[in-house]
Amino acid sequence: MDTSTIGNRASEAAICARGIARDFEAGQTTIRVLHEIDTEIRAGEMTYVVGESGSGKTTLISIMCGILWPTEGEVKVFGTDIYKLSDTELVNFRLNNIGFIFQQYNLIPSIDVASNAAVPLIAQGVPRAEARERAKVLLDKLNIGNQADKLPRQLSGGQQQRVAIARALVHEPRLVVCDEPTAALDASSGRRVMDLLREVAVAPDRACIIVTHDNRIFDLADRIIVLEDGRITHDGKEMPDGH
Amino acid sequence: MLWIAIRMLTGDAQKFYGLLFGIGFSTLLITQQMTIFVNLVERGASGVYNAPEAEVWVMDPVSRTTDVSYAMPGTALDRVRSVPGVEWAVPHLRAVANVRTKDGDLEGVGIVGVDDATLIGLPERMAMGDKSVLFAPDSVVIDDVGTTRLFPDADSALGERLELNDQRAVIRGISDAIPSFTSTVVLYTRYSSALNFVPGTRNRLSFVLVGVSEGQTPEAVAARIEAETGLKAETREEFAQAGVNFIIENTGIPTNFGITVFLGFVVGIAIVGLTFSLFLRDNIKQFGALKAIGVTNAKIVQMVGVQAGMVGLIGYALGVIGTVAFIKGFSTNPFFKGFYIPWQIPLISLAAVVVILAITGLIAIRSVLNTEPASVFR
Repeated sequence: MDTSTIGNRASEAAICARGIARDFEAGQTTIRVLHEIDTEIRAGEMTYVVGESGSGKTTLISIMCGILWPTEGEVKVFGTDIYKLSDTELVNFRLNNIGFIFQQYNLIPSIDVASNAAVPLIAQGVPRAEARERAKVLLDKLNIGNQADKLPRQLSGGQQQRVAIARALVHEPRLVVCDEPTAALDASSGRRVMDLLREVAVAPDRACIIVTHDNRIFDLADRIIVLEDGRITHDGKEMPDGH
Repeated sequence: MLWIAIRMLTGDAQKFYGLLFGIGFSTLLITQQMTIFVNLVERGASGVYNAPEAEVWVMDPVSRTTDVSYAMPGTALDRVRSVPGVEWAVPHLRAVANVRTKDGDLEGVGIVGVDDATLIGLPERMAMGDKSVLFAPDSVVIDDVGTTRLFPDADSALGERLELNDQRAVIRGISDAIPSFTSTVVLYTRYSSALNFVPGTRNRLSFVLVGVSEGQTPEAVAARIEAETGLKAETREEFAQAGVNFIIENTGIPTNFGITVFLGFVVGIAIVGLTFSLFLRDNIKQFGALKAIGVTNAKIVQMVGVQAGMVGLIGYALGVIGTVAFIKGFSTNPFFKGFYIPWQIPLISLAAVVVILAITGLIAIRSVLNTEPASVFR
């Protein structure tokens, strides 16, 4: 299946999750961390998945972006039932359609910023020089174009997060998944990163999911899904009272 | 992606150099020890190589090597000469004796008596002097290793006098000979002089050296000599191999060197395995991220393969270069005289390096392949 052509179905939900459940084995015991989740993620929105530690939010987005198999249920990303794809097709689907921003950035320390940002393109087979050029354009947009030739360790935490954002967007994915993007940043840096993310990551044909429990940035969300004990307890524009 | 793999490897200088050291040291140990082993056991055949004209060696049936021989009666020479296919046959005596230098030092030496007329049995090349010096009375030619043993401080051993079994001997030439297995000093003299220098029993003829007639093969002539004389006859190659086999069968050298080579292999696995595992473990988050982004396991295996291959290639080259430098560096030492690296040994070390990297790489990569892409979110 050609997974690079996904995404011409903007009228559909970006992600459609139906009956998602996930169990984990803990010794002799089976623990269910997600219970019958039904939800849709829409393109053009910045959707937060919020909850306490252990609420199941990381498990939910892992399943939604095709890196963790659900025990039950189905997930359609831009109309493709991703868990019906073969392993190789699923990996290619992720490579062509999903951008990831990790809490710890997970940049490769021994290659420069431009090459780090270009990793998805290089993985797609784009020649390195061309991939770096395309990455530099994005780095310029993120105001760190002048850092392109530096190693990640020479950058501040906020700058490294911007490199991670560039890496997530360089191949123009239809879905961007962020895991605690502000957790390692101070308040002002976190705010700036989120403003930037909204500016570059949110588009009419692109969905952006952010897992966070950083209440300093809740006001920037278009939609907030609250998880408690593996169940969605709130789905709205703002955080419910009491949180 | 392979470029990224190489940069990941070289970017961690400590582990990169650790891996190079592990492979390099292992290669050096394996290559150098096998080289010394091969050269050392080949010296079991030095007596044969030092008499290059002889195509067939004839001896008493119980004789085994040039140094383990049983003397034959002098009539054996005539019996050999009468065999069809024998172009020439000359007597060859090998014995041991004690010499006393003018400083009073005592040293056990090997005495080689070569044909009086043709001097067949002498090493091919002379380091100093001419082969014809042996025609002078009381004349001996010493091998070049012997000069460093008996006359370490002298500029030249030429003209030095020795007391050889109570008889006077004068060194008039120095041969460029392959040292014996035990690096014993060897004195070459004419057969008739050797009989005087070395008192012995009725039978003194150690070997008959034979050249074969044109159109004859050494194998056929050797078989004919055995059939017609009842003596043992071996071609040059067979007798050289017998000398090598004798060393292998009767000394602990193969075991000792084998243990060292094995240890080199184990050290390689230990250092490389540990360092490679640590390297991959340190980069597990990056590999996890790559897997999440969409890099296939096959590509990850290729990346690790390239890393292992690069470390292996550079480390192996360093190890082989180290061995060459070692052999070159010690080439003036008599013990290492004539040492060379047979082409098979670098190939064996290369195979060992490939096995080391395959074992350690497979063990190390398991952790990467078992890493769930989802782990990057934890």
